[in-house]
Amino acid sequence: MTVQEVGRPRKRKEDARLLTGRTQWTDNLSRPGMLYVTFLRSPMAHARITGVDVSGARALPGVVAAFSGQDLAAEQGSLPCAWPVTEDIVIPDHPPMAVSEVRYVGEAVACVIAVDRYRAADALEAIEVDYEPLPAVVDMTEALSPDSPKVHETGNKAYEMTADFGDIEAAFRDAPVVVDRTFVQQRLIPTAMEPRAILADTDGESFTLWSSTQIPHVLRVMLAVVTGIPEHKLRVIAPDVGGGFGSKLQVTAEEVLCLLLARKLGRPVKWTESRSEGNLTVHHGRDQIQHVRLAAEADGRIRGLQVSLLADMGAYLMLLTPGIPLLGASMCNAIYKMDAYQFNCTGVFTTKMPTDAYRGAGRPEATFLIERMMDELAAAVNVDPVEVRRRNWIKHEEFPYATISGLTYDSGNYEAATDRALSLFGYDKLRAEQADRRDRGDPVQLGIGVSTYTEMCGLAPSRWLADANFGAGGWEHGSVRMLPTGKVEVITGTSPHGQGHVTSWSQIVADALGVPFEDVTVLHGDTAIAHKGMDTYGSRSLVVGGVAVLKACEKVKEKARKLAAYVLECSPDDLEFEAGAFKVRGTDSSKTIQELAYATFTAHDLPEGVEPSLDSDATFDPDNYSFPHGTHLCAVEVDTETGMVKLRSYVAVDDIGKVVNPLIVEGQVHGGIAQGIAQALFEEATYDAEGNLLTTTMADYLLPSAADLPMFTLDRTETPATSNPLGAKGVGEAGTIASTPAVVNAIVDALRPYGIEDLRMPCTPERVWRALEGVRR
Amino acid sequence: MPRITVTVDGITYEEEVEPRLLLVHLLRERLGKTGTPVGCDTSNCGACTVMLDGKSVKSCSVLAVQADGGDVVTIEGLGAAGEMHPMQRAFHEEHALQCGYCTPGMVMAAIDLLREDPEPSEETIRQGLEGNLCRCTGYCNIVRAVRKGAQEMGQAVSTP
Repeated sequence: MTVQEVGRPRKRKEDARLLTGRTQWTDNLSRPGMLYVTFLRSPMAHARITGVDVSGARALPGVVAAFSGQDLAAEQGSLPCAWPVTEDIVIPDHPPMAVSEVRYVGEAVACVIAVDRYRAADALEAIEVDYEPLPAVVDMTEALSPDSPKVHETGNKAYEMTADFGDIEAAFRDAPVVVDRTFVQQRLIPTAMEPRAILADTDGESFTLWSSTQIPHVLRVMLAVVTGIPEHKLRVIAPDVGGGFGSKLQVTAEEVLCLLLARKLGRPVKWTESRSEGNLTVHHGRDQIQHVRLAAEADGRIRGLQVSLLADMGAYLMLLTPGIPLLGASMCNAIYKMDAYQFNCTGVFTTKMPTDAYRGAGRPEATFLIERMMDELAAAVNVDPVEVRRRNWIKHEEFPYATISGLTYDSGNYEAATDRALSLFGYDKLRAEQADRRDRGDPVQLGIGVSTYTEMCGLAPSRWLADANFGAGGWEHGSVRMLPTGKVEVITGTSPHGQGHVTSWSQIVADALGVPFEDVTVLHGDTAIAHKGMDTYGSRSLVVGGVAVLKACEKVKEKARKLAAYVLECSPDDLEFEAGAFKVRGTDSSKTIQELAYATFTAHDLPEGVEPSLDSDATFDPDNYSFPHGTHLCAVEVDTETGMVKLRSYVAVDDIGKVVNPLIVEGQVHGGIAQGIAQALFEEATYDAEGNLLTTTMADYLLPSAADLPMFTLDRTETPATSNPLGAKGVGEAGTIASTPAVVNAIVDALRPYGIEDLRMPCTPERVWRALEGVRR
Repeated sequence: MPRITVTVDGITYEEEVEPRLLLVHLLRERLGKTGTPVGCDTSNCGACTVMLDGKSVKSCSVLAVQADGGDVVTIEGLGAAGEMHPMQRAFHEEHALQCGYCTPGMVMAAIDLLREDPEPSEETIRQGLEGNLCRCTGYCNIVRAVRKGAQEMGQAVSTP
C-alpha cells in the first residue's frame, strides 16, 4: 500500500542547497570577461535634461564605456504596458533610460560599464548632467486639479473607469443607514530580500539573460519585442530568485539596458542593485485614496456599495500598472450580498516611482475597504462586527453564487471558517476582558479585529483576461518525461522563488504516476528548458501550473497503458492502474510504469503506432478563478498613553480547498499575514513635497523583524474548488489580503469608545498617540 | 595595496586588497564564497552574517583588512564534511526558509545567540534575531527552528 503524497507535510527538496550556501542567485553568477554596469540616477523628481557629459567617466582607468540616454535613444525602445484597461487610456512613452526629461527620483540617466563593481560605482561621479528643474507632482488629489503642473503633456489622468451593477441610486435613496469613509492605502515597497540582479551575455548572435525575475517567459517575449532581438535568439533564465511578492513581475529598464549593453559591447555585463537603489526603482505597491459609501437597512443588511478610487500610477505605466487597482473591482463586494454596487477608479500620474503588482495586487485594497466598512457598519447599527457580517454573507447552501460584480463563486463555507476561528480565538472571553478594561479605564485597551475575506486568484481564465483587455492569456504548461531508469523529469512553466514547487509538484506526480517522491525532479525557470509558461504570480502556480503537470501525467499514463496492454497481452480496458503498476484485472500479471519507461528506451518490442517515449505535454486554462476565503481574528493591546500597539494574538482559519503540502501552505499563510500586518503597523514609502523618496534604506523603511510579530494560530476548513481537478485554491496572497483590515479593525475597536473611527496606516505609535491627543482636546 | 591573511571555512588565503574592499565582497568575488549573500547596504537585513573569530558579524559592514589574521566561518563551512549543522537541519525540519535568501545569515545569527543563552525562550530568540530580516516566513517557523536547533546542539554537547 503506497502512501498518498498529496496532503502530506513533505519537507522541501529545495532546502539543502539553500541551507548550505550552494545557491545560484544571479549576483553569484560570473562569465569570462564579464563587465559591471552601474546607473547614474536622477536626483530630481521632475526636470528637463539639457546636457549629459559622460566623457569624464570614459577617461577613468578600468572604465570600458559610458552612455547617456541620448546615446541609447535610437535602440532602447519603450518599456511595455500590457494592460490598456480602457479604450482612451494614456500610455506615455517610457524610455528605459531618460533622454530629455526625468519624471521621478531614481530614473536612470546614464550608465558606466567597467571592469569591476567598485570602479563602475566610482565613475558615476565623473558624469555631468544638467537639469532644468520642473515642478514635482506628488499628491494625487492636487494632480487632478486643473492648475496642477503636468507630469506628461497629456495631463495627469491616465484613465478613468466605472462599472455599475444594479441601481445604486435606488439603494441609497431613503436608506436608513449610510456610512461614508475615506481610506488611504499608503505606498509600499515590496522588498524581496534578494535585490534585483541581471547578467546578460551574447555570442554575437544569440543572447542569454539571467535575471532575478518571477517571469522568465513573459520577459523573453517582451524583451524580444522591445529590443528587436528575435525571440528564438533570446534565452531568459531565472536562476535562484530570492523572493518577489510581485516586485519581480516586471519588465524593467535595467533588463532592457543590460541586454542592449551586451549587444553593444559584445561582452557579458552584470548589474546588481544596491538596496537603496532598489527602494527607489523597484516598482512600488498600493497607493490609493478610497472614497467609500455604504447604504444599509437599520438591521445592518447592505443595500448598496459605492467605491471611488484614486490610484497613483507614478510617473509611467509599467507592465500591469493600470490594471492593479481594477483587480479589486470585482472584490469590493467580497462575501456579501447586496442590491447595487458601483466601482469607479481614476489612474493618476505623479512624479514618483511607478506602482504595480504587490502581494495581493488590488485585492488587499478592496478587502481592506470593505472589511473596514463592515466594522463601521456594525458600529452604526450597534451590532457585533461578526454578527453584521453573518447577516450579509453568502450562506454555504447558496453556492455556486453569482455575485453582484459578475463573478461566480464556486464554493465556500463562511460559517464554518468563522465558527472555527471564533472558538480558537476565544472570542467571547476576549470581549469580556475588553469590557472589563473599558470599565476600569485601563490605560491599555484591548481591541478585537475581524476580517472575513475572500479573494479571486489563480490568474486566470484566459477568456476573462480577454474581457479585461489584458495582453496575455492565463493558461499554464507542464511536461512530464519518464527517463530510461524510470525516474521522472517534470518541466513546469511556473517560476518559483520560494514557493516550493519542486516539492509540491513532486507530490502531485508521485501520486499520479505511482512513483516514489524521490524519483521525481522538477525543472523550471529557463526558457530553453521550460519552453512554454506564464510564470508565477497571482497565487496561480498550483491551481493552474500544478494542474497542467497533473494533466501531463494523465497523458503519460494513457500512453503507458497501450504499451502495458501489448506487453501483458490483454486489452487496455482490462488493465487497472494502482501504485504505479498496470495490472490485468483479476490476475497477478502486472508491469510498473517505471519498467515500461525502460521498454520505451530500448524500443526492442513496441506495438505498431506506439512511440518510443513516455512523455507528454499539457496546458491548463481554468474556466474560473479560485476563491479562497477565511476568517482572521486579531487581538491588540493599545497603550493609550504611548500609542504603542501590541499584537496579542492572531488566529487565521483559511479555506484554500484541497491542500497538496500543509507545511508549505502554513508557511505561505505565515508570511502573508506578516506582510499584511506590516502594512497595518509598520511600512510606508514616503515622498517629500519635492518628490524625494525619504525611505530609501531599510533603516527608514520599517520591515517587521522577529521581535515585532507574535506566533500565529492557524487552522483550515476545506471546501474544494470546483474549477480544477485538484480542488485546490491559491494561497500565496490570502494572508496578506486578510490581515491588514483585521489589525486596523482591532486598533479602531480598541479606541472607538474614545471617539476614534479611523486611523491611517501604518498605525504607528505616533499616529495612534496623535489621534488620541486629537480627541482628548 | 594591503596584504592580508585570512582563514575562511578552514582554508587560509593571502590576498592583496583595496583598503575599502568589504569582507563580503572579498568572500563573494575574490574567494568564490557566494553562499553568503548581500541584502542591503545599511547593515539592517543581516543576510551577509558570518562568524569572525567565533562571533557573528555582518560582513557588509566589515572591511576585508579588518579580517586580517582572522578566522571566518560562512554558511558553506558550517557543517562537518557532507553533514548539515544541527541548526541547518532544524531550519529544514521546521520549514524555516522559503526563498532562502536570508537563510545563511539567519542560521549564523541563530547559532550566535545561543552562545549567550543555550536554551533561549521565544522572547530571547525573537530579540536575538532582530537584526536579521526575513520577508517570506513571518518568523514563526524560524523561531521554532532555533528552539529545535538549540535543543539538538545542547544534546550534541552533552552526549560524549
